[in-house]
Amino acid sequence: MFKHTPLNAAHRTAGAKMVDFGGWEMPVNYGSQIEEHHAVRRDAGMFDVSHMLAVDLTGAGARAFLRYALANNVDKLAQAGKALYSCLLRLDGGVLDDLIVYFMREDAFRIVVNAATADKDLAWLGALLTESEAGLSLKPRRDLAMIAVQGPRAREKVWQALPGSRAASEALKPFFATEFGEFFIARTGYTGEDGFEITLPATRAASLWNALAAAGVRLCGLGARDTLRLEAGMNLYGQDMTESENPLESGLAWTVDLASSRDFVGKTALVAAPPTRALVGLVLVDKGGILRSHQKVVTAKGDGEITSGTFSPTLGKSIALARVPVGIASGDTVAVEIRDRKLNARVVKPPFVRNGAVLVKE
Amino acid sequence: MNVPANLKYTESHEWVRPEADGTITIGITDHAQEALGDLVFIELPAVGRAAKAGEAIAVVESVKAASDIYAPVAGEVVAVNAELADAPEKVNADAYAHWFYKLKPTNAADLGKLLDAAAYTKVAGEG
Repeated sequence: MFKHTPLNAAHRTAGAKMVDFGGWEMPVNYGSQIEEHHAVRRDAGMFDVSHMLAVDLTGAGARAFLRYALANNVDKLAQAGKALYSCLLRLDGGVLDDLIVYFMREDAFRIVVNAATADKDLAWLGALLTESEAGLSLKPRRDLAMIAVQGPRAREKVWQALPGSRAASEALKPFFATEFGEFFIARTGYTGEDGFEITLPATRAASLWNALAAAGVRLCGLGARDTLRLEAGMNLYGQDMTESENPLESGLAWTVDLASSRDFVGKTALVAAPPTRALVGLVLVDKGGILRSHQKVVTAKGDGEITSGTFSPTLGKSIALARVPVGIASGDTVAVEIRDRKLNARVVKPPFVRNGAVLVKE
Repeated sequence: MNVPANLKYTESHEWVRPEADGTITIGITDHAQEALGDLVFIELPAVGRAAKAGEAIAVVESVKAASDIYAPVAGEVVAVNAELADAPEKVNADAYAHWFYKLKPTNAADLGKLLDAAAYTKVAGEG
């Protein structure tokens, strides 16, 4: 039995092709994935991301707890509403999940985690909480839905569809969130475009979804979400990093604070073992196929593997993230095994696309 | 489901049109393009290649995945539709108007094993 989001009926009415997505029945597209992708790059599109889980952490010692639990440093969160991307690590440095934590008040943080890892994360954080004995409360919010509205015209269309929201959210800078009545509006996303991620009561989800559609926001499935995030150089948990890799091997060194004296789960392991592998971007140069996860990458320093690959609708070429031995530099040429051939690909530094513009040189 | 009555079909979702000169023209069905999603890459066989029945002979890749295209019967490749290499999306627009390749069957009697429209409709409906 698949789990359903509060928008399941709306997706079916709109003619979505529904697929199993980590146990959730979700729309992969509503017709053309490529057209949905372009709508987000050029105008505005929306995604049902209600399968993701918001978890509210409340109590006096919330910041101290997160300072130890997360690889990124919550002391970067000084202003109310500020968001921070972080990995949740095991003691050996392996990535349990990646998440966004929002600082609302000193005793109230909201953490948004991936769907497939939500139960594992709750168990892990719950065990850490028991050890810390800080009297904190961890509350999963399955009563909430989430809609991501993304694209250069996304914010203005949200303001049209949700009366009063403009005054509440126009001043939000990127990676900040605010509460607007029952709505939690964050200027965050997973596409490389401007926009909002709106968390709201499940009972209000369909009416906002319909209002956004009426304002001209295109319905987009998780297929387009994947090509958009890959163009934006954003990792997908379970593909680009797992419990078998640490964040330093996953292009996420920028999210790990090793400089401060702060101790955190996984720090000892990260300091003890310098990374031998790195995550890089690839652009396929030769014709002959599409880069896909698990294809072998042959480099001058040894073999690697593609972790995510696709056809990039914005570049009109195939792109990928690949884990390769350290020492492979941007501009290097590597060979990717596709079927019975070795095709040349160029190493680039992600992102490939940001805010509608191609960032890698042709 | 769009399954023209004048064509023959395979269980692996190719359509087959017998021509007056004894060759057959092969493409993928509307059901196949729908299931694959937006096509972004097509690799066609070399003209002159000999194919066994059921042999993987061409490749289509959509944004989602790669899939093989199979030879419906044994034969020799006599022509390919080269325009598809640069415009795979045409197959999404009209799967029956854009053929992949033409085959000269080794044994014309093999065509009798292909599915008719009613039989294929049943196959596609099941999965």
